[in-house]
Amino acid sequence: MKRIVRGFYAIAEAVRLCRPNVICAYPITPQTEIVENLAEMYANGELDAEYITAESEFAAASIVLGASAAGARVFTATSSQGLLLMTEVLFNAAGMRLPIVMVVANRSVSAPLSIWNDHQDSMTVRDAGIIQMHAESNQEAHDLIPLAYKVAEDKRVLLPFILNVDGFKLTHAYEPVDLLSQEVVDSFLPPYDPVVKLSTEKPVAMGCYAPPPYYMEFRVAMEHAMERAKKVMEEVFKEWSEIIGRDYGLHVSAEYCEDAEVVAIAMGSLVGLVRDVVEEMRKEGKKVGLLKIRTFRPFPAEEVREALKNANKVIIFERSLSIGSEPPVTLEVKSALFGHSSPEIHSVVIGLGGRDIPREQIVKVISEVYEGKVKPGKRYEGVKEFEEVIP
Amino acid sequence: MSYFGPGHGACPGCGFPIAVKSVLEALEGKAFIVNPTGCLEIVSSMYGRNVWGVPYIHSLFENAAAVAAGIEAALRVLKRKHEGHVVVFAGDGATADIGFGMVSGAFDRDHDILYICYDNEAYQNTGNQQSGLTPPGARTTTTPVGKRQPGKIGKKKDMISIAVAHGIPYVASASVGYPNDLKRKVKRAVEFEGAKYIHVHSPCVPGWGIDSKQMVEVARLAVETGLYPLVEFEHGKLVRVIKIKEKKPVEEYLKAQRRFRHLFKHPEGKKIIEELQRIADENIKKYNLLQQ
Repeated sequence: MKRIVRGFYAIAEAVRLCRPNVICAYPITPQTEIVENLAEMYANGELDAEYITAESEFAAASIVLGASAAGARVFTATSSQGLLLMTEVLFNAAGMRLPIVMVVANRSVSAPLSIWNDHQDSMTVRDAGIIQMHAESNQEAHDLIPLAYKVAEDKRVLLPFILNVDGFKLTHAYEPVDLLSQEVVDSFLPPYDPVVKLSTEKPVAMGCYAPPPYYMEFRVAMEHAMERAKKVMEEVFKEWSEIIGRDYGLHVSAEYCEDAEVVAIAMGSLVGLVRDVVEEMRKEGKKVGLLKIRTFRPFPAEEVREALKNANKVIIFERSLSIGSEPPVTLEVKSALFGHSSPEIHSVVIGLGGRDIPREQIVKVISEVYEGKVKPGKRYEGVKEFEEVIP
Repeated sequence: MSYFGPGHGACPGCGFPIAVKSVLEALEGKAFIVNPTGCLEIVSSMYGRNVWGVPYIHSLFENAAAVAAGIEAALRVLKRKHEGHVVVFAGDGATADIGFGMVSGAFDRDHDILYICYDNEAYQNTGNQQSGLTPPGARTTTTPVGKRQPGKIGKKKDMISIAVAHGIPYVASASVGYPNDLKRKVKRAVEFEGAKYIHVHSPCVPGWGIDSKQMVEVARLAVETGLYPLVEFEHGKLVRVIKIKEKKPVEEYLKAQRRFRHLFKHPEGKKIIEELQRIADENIKKYNLLQQ
């Protein structure tokens, strides 16, 4: 059933359909409305779950960790500082191989304080052993939640899963969303059947400490699980897209890339704008393409390589920084291409802290690269002239 | 398999194994144990050498109360509450310092958990650094004794009053010197639905500078001086206290431990001893601890 809904509702409704047992979160803009919607569903008796209001994001993450260890399907959501506060718990949950599913309503991090969108928050946990995807639209956000549970809980995987949804730009936007039905979700997602759980019938100890003779194997096993997750995601994507009739071009979507001289890369809600520009330039006969990266962890290096194999120039629209090095997606793309092909790489940092990204800016960036007017390397778009005061 | 051990690596004469065994015996092993990082965790849960015969989880240093809350919520919604009680065993640092906020959160939501703080009065796992529950005057590695400092300056946080102030149904103090009293309190605690807090005084042989075989004696001296009153609150009301048969001077307790020995030589020492005696006397008066 297609309805015009806001992003936070599309997310909350999908979570409800997945029949979570324990939901726990702490309010933070722009995530808050997701859990407010879930709290309302709980209050109205539409959700057969425990809904816990935590005293911090650190507690929220710890509460879902405990619930997951006891065998519950869990959900939490956060943004920005909240994700940073959760970080210690999230590394721990991943190491304990708990399939916690959460939504990050992506927001910049302080200082300076900003409640607006970029991808700096989720990048801080890229090394934690958590699967990460970016939704382009609210339809994707809605559809990817059942998939997140199925992948995270797969016995070959057992890792936490973060679905990134751009704060405000998606979470608060009205979009038509074909809402899933309970029957459809139930036919796809079985109840959570944990491999191990805390139980007095069969006691186990979870969260051991491992001295040097044991530690490395646990960490390498996480890497193996993440590698397996890539294949499991493909399997589950296929099954899911057949059920719902919407094709989810897996980890990446390569559009017009086959003969493109210039390929623009983006993640999340910016993809729609870049696609619009690429399609217009195609109509003008310009050989430009779009590579949408949907899965950030495990990073789909093969798919990126394949999509870029004919490109002479690559533009990466970066929504975060790795201060002191190259931005995160650029590092991944360069690493994927190393030893295979060596197109010009234009790393274009754009829209940090919710800075508006006008259409003309995307047109300008792609056109300039297409016409060879700019040198490759890292640059910042939409930054005003400013003077740094060095006392 | 036994509920706890054998094979744990606690020091000979360590207090908390008595607390852990007493609690698990009182609950007949029907317990889910949540244990933050610390001495107990390190001596009991090394990979391949788990000594717990009951379900056990260690997550982080500061989040045991929240992890316990999550387990309790899961058991409730999965209709598995009959399996056992959710019990936290946490040290004084994990409870009163780094995990304090989450203890308060779990009490505020009144989760049906039993939170046991074993209080050995410093970060003993990392070698005796001061915590919010280190008593005044105690020598620790971060409150060393020198010309300008006579050991810890400041108070020991009153966790009993803090717990009572949360309005939870059951709060008690206990001591490893009185294991039968602890067992009785555990059995009483789990008769209440909601958050329960038992604060267990538990000497640390190397940290306090005592002999292994003195452990129980020192634990009892803390109670007999009035420094560590054994009290019990139900729904915020003081319902029982353990009476002191023969009141001992605080100096006797202090002299038995190396961590306080400097107080008898340091220029500031006399003042601190007097302060500790005043605290003990006030406890005796406040809780009416002397046998009539």
